[in-house]
Amino acid sequence: MGALSLGRLSLLCAALGLLVLPWHGLDRGAADLMAWPAGAAAPLAVLLADGSRWWLWPLVPLLALAAVALHGGSPRGGALMVAGAGAIVWTLAMGEAIGLRGLEWHWLSPLLGAPPPQPALGWGALALLAGATGLLAAGFAARGAFGADAFVAFLVGGSAFLLLLFVFAPLLTILSAAILEDGRLAPATMLARLAAPEAWSLACIASHQGCGVVWNTLLLATLTALVSTLLGLVFALLAVRGGVRAMPLFRAMTILPLITPPFVVAMALIVLFGRTGIVTTALWDWFDIPRSRWIYGLPGVLLAQVLAQAPIAFLLLDGALRAISPSLEEAAATMGAKRFAVFRSVTWPLLKPALAAAFLLGFVESLADFANPLVLGGDFDVLSTRIFFAIAGARHEPGRAAALALLLLALTFGAFALQALWLGRRRYTTVTGKGDSGLPAPLPAGLKLTCGLVAWPWMAFTAVVYGVILVGGFVHDIGRGDMSFTWRHILTAFEVEWRDGLALRGAAWDSLLTTIEVAAIAAPITAFLGILLAWLIARQDFRGRRTLEFMTMLSFAIPGTVVGVSYVMAFNVPPIELTGTAIILVICFVFRNLPVGVRGGLAALAQIDRSLDEASATMGAGAVDTLRRVVLPLMRPAIITALAFSFVHAMTAVSAVIFLVSARHNLATVYIVGRVEAGEMALAIAYSTVLIVIMLAVVLGIERVVGRARLGRRAAPEARGGFAPVAATPVRAGA
Amino acid sequence: MAGDAVTFERVTKAFGTVRAVDEVSFALPRGALVTLLGPSGCGKTTTLRLIAGLELPTEGRIAIEGRDVTRLAAAERRIAMVFQSYALFPHMTVLENVAYGLLVGGARKAAAEADALSMLASLGLDGLGQRLPAELSGGQQQRVAVARALVLRPQVLLFDEPLSNLDARLRRRVREDIRDLQKRLGLSVIYVTHDQQEALAVSDLVCVMREGKVVQMGTPTELYDDPADAFIADFMGEANVLSGEVLGPGRIALGGATLETVMREHPPGPAQIAVRPEAVSLRRSGEGLPGRISRAAFLGQTREYEVETAAGTIFVVTPAAAEAFAPGDTVRCGFDRAIPLRA
Repeated sequence: MGALSLGRLSLLCAALGLLVLPWHGLDRGAADLMAWPAGAAAPLAVLLADGSRWWLWPLVPLLALAAVALHGGSPRGGALMVAGAGAIVWTLAMGEAIGLRGLEWHWLSPLLGAPPPQPALGWGALALLAGATGLLAAGFAARGAFGADAFVAFLVGGSAFLLLLFVFAPLLTILSAAILEDGRLAPATMLARLAAPEAWSLACIASHQGCGVVWNTLLLATLTALVSTLLGLVFALLAVRGGVRAMPLFRAMTILPLITPPFVVAMALIVLFGRTGIVTTALWDWFDIPRSRWIYGLPGVLLAQVLAQAPIAFLLLDGALRAISPSLEEAAATMGAKRFAVFRSVTWPLLKPALAAAFLLGFVESLADFANPLVLGGDFDVLSTRIFFAIAGARHEPGRAAALALLLLALTFGAFALQALWLGRRRYTTVTGKGDSGLPAPLPAGLKLTCGLVAWPWMAFTAVVYGVILVGGFVHDIGRGDMSFTWRHILTAFEVEWRDGLALRGAAWDSLLTTIEVAAIAAPITAFLGILLAWLIARQDFRGRRTLEFMTMLSFAIPGTVVGVSYVMAFNVPPIELTGTAIILVICFVFRNLPVGVRGGLAALAQIDRSLDEASATMGAGAVDTLRRVVLPLMRPAIITALAFSFVHAMTAVSAVIFLVSARHNLATVYIVGRVEAGEMALAIAYSTVLIVIMLAVVLGIERVVGRARLGRRAAPEARGGFAPVAATPVRAGA
Repeated sequence: MAGDAVTFERVTKAFGTVRAVDEVSFALPRGALVTLLGPSGCGKTTTLRLIAGLELPTEGRIAIEGRDVTRLAAAERRIAMVFQSYALFPHMTVLENVAYGLLVGGARKAAAEADALSMLASLGLDGLGQRLPAELSGGQQQRVAVARALVLRPQVLLFDEPLSNLDARLRRRVREDIRDLQKRLGLSVIYVTHDQQEALAVSDLVCVMREGKVVQMGTPTELYDDPADAFIADFMGEANVLSGEVLGPGRIALGGATLETVMREHPPGPAQIAVRPEAVSLRRSGEGLPGRISRAAFLGQTREYEVETAAGTIFVVTPAAAEAFAPGDTVRCGFDRAIPLRA
């Protein structure tokens, strides 16, 4: 696409936002719309004419400048850039400066006086901002940036704008919430909050009081990471080297945490080990072991997190162990090393990077986990739950929440930075692409026995936990051991009645339908945006490419609780007011899951030879054609996988969205957590079972589709050797 | 110039601080097959990609058929390229591959497919239109790539090492096919290779590159017989480069011996002198540079020797039918042709 056509299209879009669409958000939807073009639905042009938004007049000359720059054959890039950037900055800055209470930026009062209150931006502003982004991109392209391709420029500009708005700006809001006190800069308050004893107290060492949340969080994360890495290693050793024929079982175990909402395991643990739990009761009845609440606290949370994390560690380590070429070990053996010496001197060091990766993942996941500590934590508070209660608890303390969120963010980034430092120095490539005829060395007998003694009981335990979930929804009261069969809970949640048409009377229908709807809207957007970003990052050459990549990956590292808090703070007041809508849920899911789509896309693109893009270009295809006809068809498996992942993630997420749901738009996971807190364990379990079934159906269905779509994932076909008879026919002249 | 297929005016392409192409200027004539030849990393592929528009130059001006294309993207130039990997779209059939360029250029589907079918037929690929590229042999894939390029009637057809994925016997066949096609259609072809034999066999003009610069351009014979310097002399087939002295027209001094030979004009004085292995004749006695055979090998059609002389070790190739020598034999070396190199 040329800069000229993009520029004209963008100008049209901006004009639409200025002249036709309602400038402000509509609180009452269609009812407001009736008043158009006046009242709440008035477009900006009307508001400018009647003088009530006089501070937005500069937008008109800016758009006029763009129109002049687009007149004639070749657009003037500099003018377009000024017009686009100017319109964006002015609209957002004025939106921030003048809010619901009138002027918010008091230092502007000599200039603006006392303007009337200004509600949040609406569709008109959205169209104007989109148009302005297009103008800016067209300006860049006209000046030869982005390979002079306006389409690429627009994609980069648009996605950078969205990432800034929905990943960066919320983080800045947190920072400002932590540093501001009643609208004034208060660094001392922030320091006090960051160093508060609630975070850093070491009281638990000397007395029976609890320690600071930071220490709790670190202890829990370290233990979770350590235990799940060790368990994962044990299973991986058995699977790859132990000669155990249980791979399907192991695989099944790895898919379970993927499709299980994070707190479901916690519920099962309560059912088993709570004060009236099945195991607790049995121990009391048979051995007179007194009932206790030990599961509520560090042990319970740790158990729940390890149950979720160990299979993922197994997946990582299984892959790494298989990638270690057996000939390396055979080479060591031929040099006289004994079996255990080989393991210690060759296998173990090669495995270390993967172990570090598994540990880091367990650590970070534990930091970010919110639902398990919420359900099982008891008095054992961690940062994520403390943040939640600072916002949603009896006292609403955004400043304190923000400070805690900063601490959590610092821990997470610290972990990633440590890993980058550590991995930067060691990297082993053991996958050479050459065939390897060596045989993996069997485990030493003692080690194998130890592994077996750990693995099989753990496997049995996992089976019992998931068994409880499977059964729990269909018996009267699994929490108290009443195991008679019933449909009661399923009916409470999902009753359907046929009286003058379908009536969904079950209590859970609302949240389930909202969840599916939000997930189904978010998934395609996530996949599409993720793949596009991957394509931009991998295949286009432009300044700031690394920055864009960093920005997309950043949201991966931000714990969900922090995202939730930041969204509540950033999008609760004008200019962008989204809380309480379904849109904010979709946006949250899209930007939370975007890195998954981008990574999948990058991996798929690495498999597709760049010469295919270039061949398409030399045959006269522009970026749009190349993307549509060559790149996207070849990336179909990656697109479908990204779809599946973002759908499933959207259905199981709790931590971020628990801040964002509203009575009208509740989500399944949040509803279930509510049931658990109300003690309605059976209902919660029944609902979870339904969720798991839905997600299993989606994952398996998608796997079937992808399985059939594997064609053409390789690079351009390699020429094969051999003397094909046809090749002897001379190449004759073209007609 | 309007008569040239491609002209470069002081074109530079820098990647960071590395100048892959360094102030290159040339004019490649229309209707000729020009090879860009050089060792890996010499900038020949970058030059080709600059012509294609896959890279844009850092400095300088590029014109195709007289039109300035310096800032035009690949899609906007009328070129076509056959890639080293062929770059056939694996998810499209052969017919779809060949029709692709016509379709994205705005042709109607029926017309594009008819065009593509007749192109396939003319390249001996009838009946393969519905196959996927992965179902073809290497040679067939190569011809599909050529068909896909030719169907667009490009002003310039570019080949990037088109033979490197073929086995040795197929290579000769395919390179002759490309040459025939180019001659019959009068195409302007630019062809990148690192194989000097391939370059000598197919080209009208050879453009030798080294470290981002064009070091010599000429017909294959000119380059072989009249190389500008020791690098080209050695690169265009093997050469013994010896230190000696030019005494006068057709007279040189080497290792203490005075020799009569055929050579191009060169002012008298000390000079590097290149001698092709097949231009040395060995005799038991008589005139010539005295030497001793240190190695001998029989290769079927030829014999190869290393001869120790006062001017250095000389590599010699003689026809198998000529007299045979054994290691240790003393010989006299006569030079049928010698090339005094310019400093």
